[in-house]
Amino acid sequence: MLVAISFYLLAFVAIAAAFMVVAARNPVHSVMWLILTFFSAAGLFILMGAEFLALLLVMVYVGAVAVLFLFVVMMLDVDFVELKQGFLSYLPIGGLVAIILLVEMILVGATYFTGANAKTVVDRSDESNIEAFGRVLYTDYAGVFEAAGFVLLVAMIGAIVLTLRDREGVRKQNAMDQMARTREDGVELVDIEPGQGVG
Amino acid sequence: MWQTLSLFAPELLLAFFASQLLTYGAFAKKDVSVGARYFAVALLVAFALIGFVMGKPTGEAFKGLLIVDDYSYYVKAIIGLSAAAALLLSKSYFQSEKLDRFEFSVLTLYAVLGMSIMASANNLLSMYIGIEMQSLALYVLAAFNRDSLRASEAGLKYFVLGALSSGLLLYGASMIYGFTGSLDFATIAASIKEQGPTTGIVAGMVFLLCGLGFKISAAPFHMWTPDVYEGAPTPVTGFFAVAPKLAAIALIGRILIGPLGEITSQWQQVIIVMSVLSMFVGAIGALVQSNIKRLMAYSSIANMGYALVPLAAGTVAGIKGMLIFMTIYVITVIGVFAVILQMRIRNGMVEQISDLSGLSKTNRPLAIVMTILMFSLMGIPPLLGFFGKLFAFLPAFEAGLIPLAILALIASVISAFYYLRVIKVMWMDEAENEFVTAPRAVRVILLISALIVFPVLLLPFFAIPAQSLISQAALALF
Repeated sequence: MLVAISFYLLAFVAIAAAFMVVAARNPVHSVMWLILTFFSAAGLFILMGAEFLALLLVMVYVGAVAVLFLFVVMMLDVDFVELKQGFLSYLPIGGLVAIILLVEMILVGATYFTGANAKTVVDRSDESNIEAFGRVLYTDYAGVFEAAGFVLLVAMIGAIVLTLRDREGVRKQNAMDQMARTREDGVELVDIEPGQGVG
Repeated sequence: MWQTLSLFAPELLLAFFASQLLTYGAFAKKDVSVGARYFAVALLVAFALIGFVMGKPTGEAFKGLLIVDDYSYYVKAIIGLSAAAALLLSKSYFQSEKLDRFEFSVLTLYAVLGMSIMASANNLLSMYIGIEMQSLALYVLAAFNRDSLRASEAGLKYFVLGALSSGLLLYGASMIYGFTGSLDFATIAASIKEQGPTTGIVAGMVFLLCGLGFKISAAPFHMWTPDVYEGAPTPVTGFFAVAPKLAAIALIGRILIGPLGEITSQWQQVIIVMSVLSMFVGAIGALVQSNIKRLMAYSSIANMGYALVPLAAGTVAGIKGMLIFMTIYVITVIGVFAVILQMRIRNGMVEQISDLSGLSKTNRPLAIVMTILMFSLMGIPPLLGFFGKLFAFLPAFEAGLIPLAILALIASVISAFYYLRVIKVMWMDEAENEFVTAPRAVRVILLISALIVFPVLLLPFFAIPAQSLISQAALALF
């Protein structure tokens, strides 16, 4: 009962929020609705017992992708009102694409439930998703896990090599210098006669 | 534990010391690029030879993720040595262009680490990780001269098209995973043997080969090659033309013989189409080039076509022919790039073919060496390039792929034209400008390359051990 209520609530929120992503006038609001859609989808994953996917969705899509969207929307000066003009004229072609997508998804679902020849490789119903992933990730696949770390390291080096510039004459903060500073170095007490000024 | 570590010694050595070098370079107060380069060269030579020093232990490491056999040792040795040569060649170029930074050496080391994983990949996952590690480092190397518009364009183009090819590769890999239920090469082979070439497996195989074909710039996935070769800094182009190509084609060889070994008749068609297209695109496209780096790009496309000819046979002799051809190609191309890096006039580097005019009068030794290398690329009999093509085309004849071998011969004849044009420009045209004297490291590498290519001098000492080494390597796959 509780599961059914949760499912219908989450599903309704997901669809409504997805609709609002398209319908909202303010692009920042659109991104906010998008985040709500992701959260509802994550909730649906948890209901299906796929808690790893749910966490991944929240971390990757909400934590990284949506925030990135938000930055882009806020930093780029895109005139969304102009962009949305003639919105309805795209409806026929957009609707067609949507219908094709719907038919495809129904077909995929139908073949899955009627038992096609795709195989379920891992069946570990006795433990949770995360446990199962952790078990193979740090044992069987430890080698590629480490190698993937190196791939990310290479990407980081690449980003730094291509963008970092050491410019001359830039004042940088030096923590050691700051801490070594004493009151004697920094403060000078001047006794000023009334009416004379510093001179 | 120790057994796994000893199998994994080359990669471990490279990963550990490359990271050490990175840390040292990042925290060093002054510019350490010169020292970093020599350190990296020494490391690459050690990487290439450590397996042979340790007596070539073979087996599977990391629960079958990586396989270490004679094949991977041989490929790693050639990759390591050619990368070391490319790094040495890059020194004078980067210094005179004021581009020298220690990250260049570090990125080269990580690229070689990726290639090394590719050479011993035994699982679709490790294959992909190896390819990505290599490619990411190469994208950055292509755009290393970040203030140059052409280099940035080359890097971006390479990155976007590379990402597309990775997508194709992953799509193919996921289909193969879905229809065989395993990522492991041996299990995939067993599953394919059991169920035969179903549509899903064949489609996955085609996508996989398309993605890998991009990495060796085989037509019709060659479009990026001329632009990237032209835009990237010349020593980087030299590196691109040798080590990544060898790593990718070695990986193709392992996949074709290993997991896909049961459906030879299926992949043979794909390989033949890619091979014929590459040979002719390379041969005809190069005819109209005036930039020598673009010429070498088309030449490498054509040469990848030749290297696929023996693979199409799918026999031990085919793998052996591919390895011999690639080894000779690598040696020759390093020599050619050592010549291109000497094309420096007082105002800077030049890279037009017409800049070579009259080289026989201004710098006769260089002209002679370049002529030898060009004849070798053509495949003229006394030179090593002839033996490369002989060993490459013979297995195709033996396997009954006679039309393919004949097409390869026709493409060779067409491509002879543009190699001859370079020779003609050097010997017959009037001299325009004189090149400044090249640094010793470049000349030494050029001399080594030319001596090996000119086999009368060294062949008897090298040929027999090298032959047996390559035969062992080829046998390891079957």
